[in-house]
Amino acid sequence: MNPYLPILFMLVIATAFALAAMALALFVGRPRPGPERKFAPYECGIEPVGSARDRFPVKFYLVAMLFILFDIEVIFLYPWAVVFRQLGVFGLIEMAIFLGILLVGYIYVWRVGALEWQ
Amino acid sequence: MLFDLIASFIKAVLVFAVVMSFVPFLIWLERKLVAWMQQRIGPNRTGPFGLLQPIADAVKLIIKENIFPSGVEKITYFLAPMMSMIPALAAFAVIPFGSPVRIMGRTVNLQVADVNIGILYILALSSLAVYGAVLAGWSSNNKYSLLGGLRTSAQMISYELPIGLSVVSIVLLTGSLSLNEVVRSQASHGIWNIFPQFLGFIILLISYNAELNRAPFDLGEAESEIVAGYHTEYSGFRFAMFYMGEYVNMVTVAALVTVLFLGGWQAPFGPEIPLLWFLIKIFAFILLYMWVRATFPRVRYDQLMALGWKILVPASLANLAMTAVIIVLGGPNAVRILSVGSIVLAVLVGLVLKAAVALRTKSAPGLAPPAGAGS
Repeated sequence: MNPYLPILFMLVIATAFALAAMALALFVGRPRPGPERKFAPYECGIEPVGSARDRFPVKFYLVAMLFILFDIEVIFLYPWAVVFRQLGVFGLIEMAIFLGILLVGYIYVWRVGALEWQ
Repeated sequence: MLFDLIASFIKAVLVFAVVMSFVPFLIWLERKLVAWMQQRIGPNRTGPFGLLQPIADAVKLIIKENIFPSGVEKITYFLAPMMSMIPALAAFAVIPFGSPVRIMGRTVNLQVADVNIGILYILALSSLAVYGAVLAGWSSNNKYSLLGGLRTSAQMISYELPIGLSVVSIVLLTGSLSLNEVVRSQASHGIWNIFPQFLGFIILLISYNAELNRAPFDLGEAESEIVAGYHTEYSGFRFAMFYMGEYVNMVTVAALVTVLFLGGWQAPFGPEIPLLWFLIKIFAFILLYMWVRATFPRVRYDQLMALGWKILVPASLANLAMTAVIIVLGGPNAVRILSVGSIVLAVLVGLVLKAAVALRTKSAPGLAPPAGAGS
């Protein structure tokens, strides 16, 4: 038997539960019509001002980019870690060079102020 | 073949049922514990000790009117709560919760799916949880939701790095990505990974607290700043789904940490009763998180990002480097040397942090606590 099949079972059960709960909620708590105001987005009780699809700080974008860079670095570490005992000193030095290069990038990112949140 | 198929299906149903029945209990437990720690009584009206409170809440939430606020992106708004719960449940599939048992003359693994890349699978699925928050925040057509979704996603992806780096050190010790193998290697080393990876354990503890969006790192739903964050516009059972997802995630993380660091199902002393020790360890870990929530005030967002990027990432890199060097040079004694080394490294990191804080307080005296405070 394919060892990944039970994962599919788990996914199906979880999805079925979520959908069933949603359907039940839709059935029991059927939406009732009301004034337009009832469906307005919550803004502490006052009329919403402007649109919510607004520009947001670019910092979040920067975090996402840095995450992708460093997360790929982490992913490269996994296959290395699995065969590390066979590689021995060779693997250690290779990874030291790899991490060294990325460490330079990390220090650059820090110095340039990309990790500051002010 | 058929036996395996039926057995794994039954296991999947059982694991689902057990994890889902933990959720109301944990909600009650957290409310009660936090209440006691804050000198309140907590839920005490519904049933003995308020034990039926989560049931009452669930009934209330499910009969609430099912509202789509105006201007929401209906599809993503509908999918987001499920996106935060389904991966958490599915991630539990690879957790081994006991040594294999014999049923009807066949060996049955106490694990839904025995895949050889369990660690990668869990990391992948737990990072899917970020979609729930970001989709909910974006599709709600609410400024608070948008901010909450952005904050949560930035926070979760930032703390994924220290998590990934700390888990690599475990893989170095084990030499395998299978969670069963991780437990077995801890048995063969004769010492749980928490000792040779003490610093990694601390880092994972902090990072997973942030990954779960729990206080003191619940910036994405900080009610004093952005109402309820990404689930501001959610009510009724859709909100309940987010809430359940949070607790299912907590159980999954507790189980993962138990397997990676606390020796899985192995007994620290006494007889090895299947499941018992695993459950005890999971609950100990969850209680720790509840205690942390009741103890620490919420951090600021810049502090949160600084902790993740400037402290935890370098610290976990240092831990990784130390682990790799000692495994190569230490030979058969590597685990024992690491057990000392990791505690020394943890103390060193602590001292460096203390010095950095002292330096900052000196250079910006305005931020220092007033004289006499805290005494």
